[in-house]
Amino acid sequence: MSELLLPPIGMLAELTHRCPLQCPYCSNPTELMKANRELDTQTWLYLFRQAADLGVLQVHLSGGEPTLRRDLEQLVAGLSSRGVYTNLITAGVGIAEGRIRALAEAGLDHVQLSFQGARAATTERIGNNRGSHEKKLETARRVKAAGLPLTVNAPIHRHNIEEVPDFIELALSLGAERLEIANVQYSGWALVNRDALMPDRASVERQVEIVEAARERLRGIMNIDFVTPDYFATYPKPCMGGWARDAFMVAPDGTVLPCHAAHTIRSLTFERFGDRSLAEIWTDSPAFNAFRGTGWMQEPCRSCDRREIDWGGCRCQAMAIAGDPAATDPACAKSPIHARMSMLIEDALATARADGSNDATTFVYRRIAAVQEPV
Amino acid sequence: MTLTRERRIVSSQATPSLPRHVRIQFDPVRQAWSVLSPEKVFWPNDISLDILRRCNGSTTIGTLISDLAAEYDAPEEDVAGDVTAFLQEWSDNLLVKL
Ligand code: SF4
Ligand code: SF4
Repeated sequence: MSELLLPPIGMLAELTHRCPLQCPYCSNPTELMKANRELDTQTWLYLFRQAADLGVLQVHLSGGEPTLRRDLEQLVAGLSSRGVYTNLITAGVGIAEGRIRALAEAGLDHVQLSFQGARAATTERIGNNRGSHEKKLETARRVKAAGLPLTVNAPIHRHNIEEVPDFIELALSLGAERLEIANVQYSGWALVNRDALMPDRASVERQVEIVEAARERLRGIMNIDFVTPDYFATYPKPCMGGWARDAFMVAPDGTVLPCHAAHTIRSLTFERFGDRSLAEIWTDSPAFNAFRGTGWMQEPCRSCDRREIDWGGCRCQAMAIAGDPAATDPACAKSPIHARMSMLIEDALATARADGSNDATTFVYRRIAAVQEPV
Repeated sequence: MTLTRERRIVSSQATPSLPRHVRIQFDPVRQAWSVLSPEKVFWPNDISLDILRRCNGSTTIGTLISDLAAEYDAPEEDVAGDVTAFLQEWSDNLLVKL
């Protein structure tokens, strides 16, 4: 390692894989863990103390559905006592009355609430959960009533891309400070469901125009974060701000990974908290060091002047599409196999046309043991 | 739809404050002041920090500017330009309330 190793700023804690919804684009691994593999309260609290000591300033509490952890208030209080900024990432379904307030009192700083659709029927169909939209609206009201800032998160794909204007209205009507229009990233369940989720180019272009106009119109009123769709991109995103550069994630069983899809790189071995300390994993783990900095890069990244802007893009996307985790992210126009992205878009749309199904009948919903991981 | 909120514009009478979701905090690991917000961590320079510290909901921007001009021994017009641009940007990003 030639580069200076800095302490991590952010951490994503996937507290559980349990979730009342079954979104076909869920970023969780297709091999979901059952509750009996989750870390217990004391272990999470110990891990959070180590994270704070290591320099983590922000923790995103996610899942699955993190509010299914009955000890969530305790976990928030533990982080808050160390001055760590806490962000709850929730689907907002099945949260008992009074709980949001209790979390706010425990020191929660911010809530990010996902909506599968801007319309009730879409939300219910995508998450495969009847009545979920109404419950989300209620959660949003409780978040505001508790005085917490709210981000509405809208994962975008073929089945809701036409609802982008409605998402903007929805977020405004809920009093959200931020809206994330986040085009689905094809890893985890989204990769399994890629053909069923991929939007067409015209819809993507329309979406870009709508978001840009709304950003202009809503300047100073509501922030709109736009996560653009990789398959339609010219340059890749700096995935996680660069591999093991300033953030990491922890799976429900305490496995520590550079990003939520890193387990798909089978040549790497990831260590568990408890077997080693967080500090040891952050500095010494071979999996963390595998793609840190720029030393591992091949051409065209190696000599590219964007190499410290996007860090070569996403390693998991390189794995999934190029079959080599050290390849240039195929989302980049300089990748020798960049054309494969357009082919995959065409394939997906052709498959949808052949099925005659532009509806959701072809979804593989997120469930335990619904798919076998390829070996 | 009718907007219930409006974009706020910096004026010398405004009394800026930090919203609840924005926090200035000293980071003992990096030995530096940080500003924590929903998605981002900022590392403000001394002047930005001096502006943000005065966002207490009672100091007017006018007072803030004269204070800083005195402290940095700089012409008020220059300070006013910098402070106005800074606060407008932070307000537009919903990180400061005007
Ligand atoms: S994406 Fe959907 S299924 Fe996955 S954790 Fe979030 S709400 Fe649950
Ligand atoms: S070649 Fe590599 S470093 Fe250059 S833009 Fe593409 S992905 Fe980024």
